[in-house]
Amino acid sequence: MHRNPSRPMSPHLTIWKWGPHMLVSILHRITGAGLALVGGAVLIWWLAAAAGSAESYTTFMGWARGRIGLVFAIGLTWAFFQHALSGVRHLVMDIGAGFELKTNKGWSLATTLGALVLTAGFWVYLLFGRGA
Amino acid sequence: MMETPLGRVRGLGSAHHGGEDWWAMRVNSVALLGLSVWLIASLLRLPDLSQVTVAEWLRQPLSAVPMLLLLGTVFWHAKHGLREVIDDYAHDEGWRAFWLMALTFACWLGGGFAAFSVLKIAFSVGSAA
Repeated sequence: MHRNPSRPMSPHLTIWKWGPHMLVSILHRITGAGLALVGGAVLIWWLAAAAGSAESYTTFMGWARGRIGLVFAIGLTWAFFQHALSGVRHLVMDIGAGFELKTNKGWSLATTLGALVLTAGFWVYLLFGRGA
Repeated sequence: MMETPLGRVRGLGSAHHGGEDWWAMRVNSVALLGLSVWLIASLLRLPDLSQVTVAEWLRQPLSAVPMLLLLGTVFWHAKHGLREVIDDYAHDEGWRAFWLMALTFACWLGGGFAAFSVLKIAFSVGSAA
């Protein structure tokens, strides 16, 4: 079978392979659900603790500064940057732009790399940049 | 009769709401992008994240108002985002109605509780937060 590499591959039930666009698509859904369920809960907890007693805020910060809290916090910031960047990609695609194969692949890869870079930058600044 | 592609999808789709929800989500997303960049920049600019610092910051009108707008935007966004997931995966009409109702209640409850916390800080007097 001859395949024209400049044409998109039609995903068949069993004949397909992973591409950056598929990864970004499912990551958008996973990070969105994660942000809504976990991120939403953490946001409510943080604000309620800040509005509550000194004890309630100490409890929150104890969890947030602990090992589990750090894993959750880093996971949430990565999920945010990934969801935000692929969300912008969706907004661009909604106006009908960026569907060319190479462009689409390039921006898909850019959102995943960009999210990792922004997450790393955020945490380096938070932990070391301002001496908190 | 002539019908545009947009006219054809109005009132249709898996949510049965057609194009209005779709457009509202785009407007909401643009607003949320700006508000979340504001929140991240604000938190990074605080000298620390202690309760006193956070409360002092949230007490300012230029912090409390964007924060309240962010809460409304983010819980609206979460509600409509998770609704798409439920529409896609809940095939039974009864369970779909159940999960959509649970989602609506959870978002209003969570959003209401978070907004109340912001207002409580914003309207509290003095530094004893």
